[in-house]
Amino acid sequence: MLLGRVRGNAVSSVKYPDLKGMKLLVVEPLNKHLEPSGPLQIAVDVVDAGPGDLCVMVRSREAALAMKEHKFVPVDLALVGVVDELVVRPDGDFDFNLVKGTTKYS
Amino acid sequence: MILGKVTGTVVTTISHPHYKNRRLLVVQPLTLKGDKADGDFLALDTTHAGIGDTVLVNREGNGARAVLNNPDGAIISLIVGIVDQVTVETVN
Repeated sequence: MLLGRVRGNAVSSVKYPDLKGMKLLVVEPLNKHLEPSGPLQIAVDVVDAGPGDLCVMVRSREAALAMKEHKFVPVDLALVGVVDELVVRPDGDFDFNLVKGTTKYS
Repeated sequence: MILGKVTGTVVTTISHPHYKNRRLLVVQPLTLKGDKADGDFLALDTTHAGIGDTVLVNREGNGARAVLNNPDGAIISLIVGIVDQVTVETVN
């Protein structure tokens, strides 16, 4: 799962029938520092996110599983949460390196 | 599965039912020396991991659904363990 910012919405009238009634939002995937980490994409909204909201998104089959009733719809990105609070410590606080030998973490 | 470091927490009051009453953590995969630390993602926590913990993360839906015992679970990344020690024999 990943973070995403709602940038707008999309309306489609001619589409796969099962996508009827699904709210399509234009989203921009973000990394943990809220910097864009990919191109704008379309996600199906399940949590009534509005424009500008920071959201939690899920990709691939799990996005289809997140739909309310239809399980087998051609959806590969879904908004599954609206972020209220995001706490991210700066990278400098941690050592992400895997080094040769034994490293104790606790 | 991959090794990662928990570097943040996400609070969502409005979320999909499968994500309710479980912590959502920001995980940064561990990398080899010199590699840039990117590719961070969000993972649902089942082990009460906190910021700074090194964790084992399963990043495949079927595994997550099995662990969560939810055949329709819309979850991909799931923290399945807190790592105490890692031994690396060779590093290329």
